[in-house]
Amino acid sequence: MSTALLEIGGLHVSYGRVEAVHGVSVALLPRQIVSVIGPNGAGKTTLLAAAMGLLPSLGTLRFEGEDLHGLDVEARVERGLCLVPERRELFGELSVQDNLQLGAYAGRLRRDALRRRLDSVYQRFPRLAERRAQRASTLSGGERQMLTLGRALMSAPRLLMLDEPSLGLAPLIVSEILAIVRGLRDDGVAILLVEQNARIALESSDYGYVLETGEIALAGESAALAGDPRVRATYLGGGTDDE
Amino acid sequence: MAERGAGRLLIAVVAAIALAPLALGSFAVGLLDDIGIGALVALGLVLLTGVGGATSFGQAAFVGIAAYASAWLTTAHGASPWLGLPFALLLTGLAAWLIGALTLRLGGHFLPLSTIAWGLSIPLLFGNIDALGRHTGISNIPPLQFGPWSLITPRAIYTLIWLVVGLSCWFSHNLLHSRAGRAIRALRGGATLLGSVGADAYRVRLTLFVTAALFAGLAGWLYAHANRFVSPSPFDLRASIEYLLMAVAGGLGQLSGALVGAALVMAVKNALQDLLPLLSSRGSQLDSVVFAALFLLLLQYARGGLMGFLRRKIRSRAGRPALTAGPAVAPLPRRSLPPPGTPLLQVAGAVKRFGGLVAVAEVSFAVSAGEIVGLIGPNGAGKSTMFNLLTGTLPMDAGSVRFLGQDISAAAQRKIARLGMARTFQHVKLRPDMSLLDNVALGAHSRTRGGLLAAGLRLDRAEEAQIFAAAWAQLERIGLAERAHEPAGSLPLGTQRLLEIARALAADPVLLVLDEPAAGLRRREKQALLELLRRLRAEGMTILIVEHDMAFVMGLVDRLVVMNFGAKLVEGRPAEVRADPRVQSAYLGVGA
Amino acid sequence: MTWEVALILSADGLANGAVYLLAGLGLVLVFSVTRVVFVPFGDVIAFSALTLAAFEAGRTPPTIGLVLTLALLALAAELWRLARRREFARMPRALLLWGLLPALPCVFAWAVAGRTLPAVVTIVASIALVVPIAPLIARVALQPIADASVLVLLIASLALHFLLSGLGLLFFGPEGFRTEPLVGGALTLPGGFPVSAQTLLMIAAAIVLSGLFYLLFERTLHGKALRATAINRVGARLVGIRPARTAALAYGGASLLAGLIGVLVAPVTTMYYDSGFIIGLKAFVAAIIGGLSSYPLTAAGALAVGLVESFASFWSGALKDVIVFGMLIPVLLLRSLLVARVEDEEEEIDG
Repeated sequence: MSTALLEIGGLHVSYGRVEAVHGVSVALLPRQIVSVIGPNGAGKTTLLAAAMGLLPSLGTLRFEGEDLHGLDVEARVERGLCLVPERRELFGELSVQDNLQLGAYAGRLRRDALRRRLDSVYQRFPRLAERRAQRASTLSGGERQMLTLGRALMSAPRLLMLDEPSLGLAPLIVSEILAIVRGLRDDGVAILLVEQNARIALESSDYGYVLETGEIALAGESAALAGDPRVRATYLGGGTDDE
Repeated sequence: MAERGAGRLLIAVVAAIALAPLALGSFAVGLLDDIGIGALVALGLVLLTGVGGATSFGQAAFVGIAAYASAWLTTAHGASPWLGLPFALLLTGLAAWLIGALTLRLGGHFLPLSTIAWGLSIPLLFGNIDALGRHTGISNIPPLQFGPWSLITPRAIYTLIWLVVGLSCWFSHNLLHSRAGRAIRALRGGATLLGSVGADAYRVRLTLFVTAALFAGLAGWLYAHANRFVSPSPFDLRASIEYLLMAVAGGLGQLSGALVGAALVMAVKNALQDLLPLLSSRGSQLDSVVFAALFLLLLQYARGGLMGFLRRKIRSRAGRPALTAGPAVAPLPRRSLPPPGTPLLQVAGAVKRFGGLVAVAEVSFAVSAGEIVGLIGPNGAGKSTMFNLLTGTLPMDAGSVRFLGQDISAAAQRKIARLGMARTFQHVKLRPDMSLLDNVALGAHSRTRGGLLAAGLRLDRAEEAQIFAAAWAQLERIGLAERAHEPAGSLPLGTQRLLEIARALAADPVLLVLDEPAAGLRRREKQALLELLRRLRAEGMTILIVEHDMAFVMGLVDRLVVMNFGAKLVEGRPAEVRADPRVQSAYLGVGA
Repeated sequence: MTWEVALILSADGLANGAVYLLAGLGLVLVFSVTRVVFVPFGDVIAFSALTLAAFEAGRTPPTIGLVLTLALLALAAELWRLARRREFARMPRALLLWGLLPALPCVFAWAVAGRTLPAVVTIVASIALVVPIAPLIARVALQPIADASVLVLLIASLALHFLLSGLGLLFFGPEGFRTEPLVGGALTLPGGFPVSAQTLLMIAAAIVLSGLFYLLFERTLHGKALRATAINRVGARLVGIRPARTAALAYGGASLLAGLIGVLVAPVTTMYYDSGFIIGLKAFVAAIIGGLSSYPLTAAGALAVGLVESFASFWSGALKDVIVFGMLIPVLLLRSLLVARVEDEEEEIDG
């Protein structure tokens, strides 16, 4: 798998004294959407945090062949990794526009390049353009998710890691956001999608992993995984098989 | 084995301290007197900072208040020094209560910053009050009289000082292993954790702050009558920092750190005063630089202090206390549960906003005694927020909640907990360094009354035995009794959730509110949890549960409330809810 | 008290308030970015004033030795850290940043010392010389424990103050100094009431500098990055803002402010090696009025502290400090009544 963009191999991650991820391996090719699904507390968020460098980890962790262990979070951002965290982590007291501009902080753009990138994000999310002067903390849930995604796009990432993008959002907004995510893949961005909503995740990804209590329980092409009876029973529709 | 080893060490230390004056010259005995007085102040700081997580840069000012109080009373009014003691403690306690009441409700840094201002102002006041001798201070303070003996020499007062130190250590040790002590040790877990077991974090912190100040007051009283002279400078900010340095150097994590730290700092200070003038002509100016540098190094490399370092070495060899349920005692009185079917909880039109986000929008539902109700919905639907509104963890923006016939819409979290609503947290709130048993015993806080004084004097032992019997029973119930003395932080996350249930049960609740109890559990553990919850229902317990594992929820609950985007979507029996097309589309999201 | 006296006291109070305003801005700047209550801030003020006094007396300021000592310590700490991580390639850059950069103002000051030059040059040299101090001590003592609790940071910060004031005594000696006024003369207000030009300068400096502060934070990307770090540390890291770098920037800014304050107060107060502490502490009172976060409230608090101090000194010179600190009581009382139960009210959106 030397062509892998992101290579995670036998990764162990601990939260304080407790190990939450036990030897997980995930690979991501360029221009691929890979999803990781699983119940709450399975270690999905921990996995992303470790890939981003927010938590220390043991095992293989490579981006374009480069070992990530020696790089801090900011250096990973400069390499083109970008995490859209579950908790959004917006700058609540700053305006929407300031939040977006800070998204390009690592790029050290000139004024006109920054302007262009800002315009392209506003084009993708017209709602954000309407609210550019508003404080981020006054946005609704859907707008916040758009802003986090917009802020991520400002850094022109090569690998976008999304933690539960559907969290608290109406289906219409979720499908809107996933359409944008698929569009990004077509623009050459690889995407690692962590979701509890298995159906959404498997529908929009190329490959999928099922994470359970810190271990990979299943893996396969997303379409195949969606048809797997175990996945259907556990994750697709609350254990019902009579839908 | 470890117990006996520690006991022997304690006896050896006590014997050494008792015999020291026989072997040492009067200079060394005087130094030991100073160490004892410093250790008393440091002991208060270990409790306050090391255990309670708050600190004071004004401890020397408390020492000063007590010293001046007793000095003034005995010189200006000719009172007995023994009368000076209650007077000194009263003034110190009042001063501490006042400053604590002002600052402890505020966030972390207000207390320490205020104590800096306090630590500066008090010595300034001493230096400007005529009755206190201004900058010259008060001299000719009478020594303590003990029958025919006058404790006028360092050697004579030695016994008294170290007796007081010994008793204070004993008191503190007892305190930490008591109901009040568990609340103090839980302070670092946050006000929400304490509120959820019916304790008031503010009051716990205030009591702790006053206790620490009283230890300083005791030291001040001894200081005044040992030195028989007081002036403002030994009570200034620099002195406060020195006391803090003692506590940090010895180790904030254990009581013995206060003794070791005081000895360490005093010894180093003495050595520096001898050595530095040899090194440079300005040597005497250097000692504050050296002290500050040592302090900074300590913070960087050995924040646990000397005792923390030793303890890590020793702990790896130490055994665990025996695993027994303790002696049979009369169980704690239990609440009478309302008969099944009576209305228990009514939520009407609850609203919660975070900025522009409406997390809970006009939700109403009711729970009757004896049933298990599930609150389900996709991630971010507002379920945990709803729980936080019910339990008083977050204030509501609109709507009302009635519990057991009382309006609890605006009630404090601890009051709701005391009424009989016990909860667990989605993001586990346990004290990782406390044992499983202590964590569960914390849950019984609201069922018992033992106070700080009773705890320190070991008058609470009967109640403690009852608490531990109750805690033990709950630990056995979740199958963790054989790990009772391990630190809670060593458990896997899923098991920590079970421990939170045990803690909630220790409160003898009417309503159990569980936030995702099955997350992170393996299949067999989930099965055990399922059986536990069914058994509880059979015993008459009412349970409200948020859970994502649908198989788990469907097999357990009597009724379901489904939330989506902060609003209530559907309510009904599991089969009805499952068949409802709105629920299917909410859960299955896009395209369903 | 006559109207005349009250007016004089008010003018003094405003000048004091201007000083506390600038100091308060520096303290809030450092705290909001690093969570450190930066107690040594006041010491930097004193060092700047004493440096200017040394220039005026035609001596080489001892500050040079102090800064070089600190630079050596910081350089050693940085090289040690890099060596342990085996990142030898980064060492030249560290040498440049922690060794050479702080030495530049030292060279400048050394060249200026003992010459007869316009006052403005010595003032610039004094300020430039103290600018490295805060970033250097922060690098040595605070950055290694940046993840510690606010409490540990505060203890370290206080210990740092004692270290600096001890070094101050060693380098500057126990004597006090007062410098020539930066501007002479006085202005007569309508009504025949005179105000010294120095007082006006202090007030003007406070207004201009706080205006600049506002522009920096509201209009530049780096200013916003500073604020972003303060608002959400994790969020800041995720967009590539290095907290350690913003912290160094904040410390540098604070040092600069302290240098300016030192030069402003040197002509009106006799400064000793440890006089800065009490100035810093009163600025804390102002900052606490502002909740350690709000710049406008801190400004209002600073003016209040200045005025109270001025009037209190008329009443009792010895107890004026106690009275100023006593101001904390009503402020804290009000805050604790208002705060009631926000403690845990951070967003807890379930996931």
